[in-house]
This record gives sequence, C-alpha cells and structure tokens, in this order.
Amino acid sequence: MYDFELDRPTSLAEALDLLAEEGAEPLSGGQTLIPSLKARLAMPERLVSLMHIAELKGMAVEGDALVIGGGVTHGEIARGAKESFPGLAGLAARIGDPAVRNRGTIGGSIANNDPSACYPAAALATGATIRTSKREIAADDFFTGLFETALEEGEIVTGVSFPIPQVSAYGKFIQPASHFALAGVFVARFNGRVGVAVTGVSESGVFRWGEAEAALADSFTEEALAGIELPAEGMIADMHGAPDYRARMAGVMLRRAVAAAS
Amino acid sequence: MPEMSLSVNGKSVTREVEGRTLLVDLLRGGLGLTGTHVGCDTSQCGACMVLVDGAAVKACSIFALEAEGCEITTIEGVAGEDGTLSPVQQAFQDYHGLQCGFCTPGMVISTMALLKENPSPSETEIRKWLEGNFCRCTGYHNIVRAVQAASGQEVMGTRAVEAS
Repeated sequence: MYDFELDRPTSLAEALDLLAEEGAEPLSGGQTLIPSLKARLAMPERLVSLMHIAELKGMAVEGDALVIGGGVTHGEIARGAKESFPGLAGLAARIGDPAVRNRGTIGGSIANNDPSACYPAAALATGATIRTSKREIAADDFFTGLFETALEEGEIVTGVSFPIPQVSAYGKFIQPASHFALAGVFVARFNGRVGVAVTGVSESGVFRWGEAEAALADSFTEEALAGIELPAEGMIADMHGAPDYRARMAGVMLRRAVAAAS
Repeated sequence: MPEMSLSVNGKSVTREVEGRTLLVDLLRGGLGLTGTHVGCDTSQCGACMVLVDGAAVKACSIFALEAEGCEITTIEGVAGEDGTLSPVQQAFQDYHGLQCGFCTPGMVISTMALLKENPSPSETEIRKWLEGNFCRCTGYHNIVRAVQAASGQEVMGTRAVEAS
C-alpha cells in the first residue's frame, strides 16, 4: 500500500472540510477500496473515514419510503429491513460474505457504482432518491456509467430513500468467487407501476428494463414476459460469461424475481 | 504517527500506527499475535477473521485506526486461560475440522459469530455463512460437521478421535 493519512471525523461538516482538500478521498466500509489499495490500484494522499459519523447511521420508514443512512452496513440492512422492505433485506443478505456485510456500506456501494453491484438495481427499480451532502438526486440521474455517478468532487452519499414497493424480489445469478452478480434483476411492484433494473450485465452499467416494466405493469405474471429477452449487443464479455449468456441469464433472473414476488 | 488504543482479548493496548496499518498487521507485527493468519492479499480468504465488538471482520480489510476503542477477539483469546478449548475449538478437534490448519483460526472465529446469530444452523446455513472462509485443502465436510457439533446438533459419521 502507498502511504496516506487517515482521518476519522465524527461529523459530516468536518468530513466535508477534510474532503475539500487536494488528494483527499472518502473511505466508507472499505470492502472494495482497501483491497484496491492493497493492490496499489489507488493512491490517495489522505483518506477520510465516514465510519464514525452518527449522521450517516440509522434507517427509518418515512412515509412511503425506507430511508437508509449512507454509513449503514449491508448486515444492518439485511436485519433491519426484513419487515419494512424484505426484497431489499434479501438483496443485502446476499452481498459478499458475513464479514464483508459487517463492514461494507450502502453509501460506499452506491457511490462506487460497480457495474455488478446489487444496490444500484434496487435503487433504479424502486425509483429511489440518492441523498448527498449537497442535494437529492433521482436514481435515474445518478448512475451514469461504469463506476461513474453524478457525484461531484468532495460530494458524498449521505443516504438513500427507497419508495417501499408492495412486493419486490431480487434475482441474483451469483459469481461464486466474487459474490457479485453475474446477472442481477430487481423487480419492484407498486400501485400502478412496476420497476425492473438489471445489474452485472451491460457494458454501460446498471439499467432499467423498460420492456419488462411495461409488460409487468399490464400483468404481473411470468406469462406476461413471453418473448421478452435482452439483446446480446452491448452486454459484458469476460471470462465468466459471454454477452449472449449474460443476456439470457438476465431473462432467467427476471422471471425468477417475478415468481418470487408474485 | 497517531497513537491509538484498543482492547485485544480483554487487555488494553496502546500503539503508534500509520494510517495505512491494517488491523491484521497491528495484531501480528505489533502485538505478536500470529494466530491470526494471512492467507491471501486480496481480502478473499477469511483466514484473518477476528471479532470486532463481537462481529466477524477480516482483519486485513480494516485499518487499525478504524478499530480504535473496539474490543478485538483473536484466536488467542478464544480458549480459557488454563488452555481449555472453547466448545467450537473442541468440536473442530473432535471432528477433525481441519487439514493443514492454516484457515482454522478464521473458521473458528467465523463459527463463533455464526452461532451467536444462529445457535442451530442448518447445513445449508453453515455452508452459506462460511462462504467467506476458504479452506485451501478443501476440507469443508469435516468443518461443517465440526460446526454442527459445536452447535449441539446431530452430526453424521464418527468423531475423529473414535475413528483412530
């Protein structure tokens, strides 16, 4: 690891001051960033830990939404959202492994926007709002590409507000070594609309599957999805799967999610 | 270098560490607690698992400074002071839940965390939980049996001590 200084502010204001300095980067649970640092893939001069800030903790139902602080861990969501939003709790319970879930945070995951991460699919499918240190951003406008988001320099995710669906489920075809999604589809049914979002599949990152949304809005059944498939074009090709395979698996995960949510 | 204090196996310790010092490096290098193993450099193997305030954490994936003020339990703190093995350790011995033994500290710590959360896990739940702990010898069957035994559940087959 290259050398750096580590700050541990206890308030959001203090953290933002530190992050305004040249060469400073935020550190949340570190379950992606620390392995990257160990491999010398990142070289920050200063890391500002967001793990000691009470304002980023906690989750609560506010009206029709579940609002989760950016510093809440996957494990806390897996346990804490079981009653209010079981689809999201189930998603969180299958991220990484137990030790990763004890450290990794939703804010870190959302801000990193790994093209195979799980939360971005839930955020897009539910029409979540990403709360940052500066503003509120609709999920549709937040995830802008591979590891790219609408976040500006020094801006951090302080929380995510998920509209709570009537029913939801996440179909995840797991890559067994990394535990990321080789294909992941989140389906959320609301009164009058259905959200479907796909992760792990596209070269452009997480995306909404409009055709599936429209079909399911008419009839929330597997039968309504007859003939609906993704094209192979533009899908990720790597050692774990070819584009047509990923497209096909996304279709399978979609149907499994609908079956689980029906 | 910043100075920090934490509790390791019930004893308070204070050390100077760099920002980049990983908890596992403080434990092994700074405190000489080499029972916590490093089996990879990619945060995948789980051999370095310790309890941080009771939660299983990979000591290679948290900076020492992040654990300031926390209670750390390493494998050295699991047995009784007189050397009596804990129920989990005893089960791993009885059912030979190890081959080369390198992953065992992480397996034992991970199992302790599992049984605290789920005192009677099914075989599937045990295998799912241990996804973050690699046994490079692939000796998973006896590890799963050891966890079943440690949780007081019926275990298929004979105990290692009986087989010999």
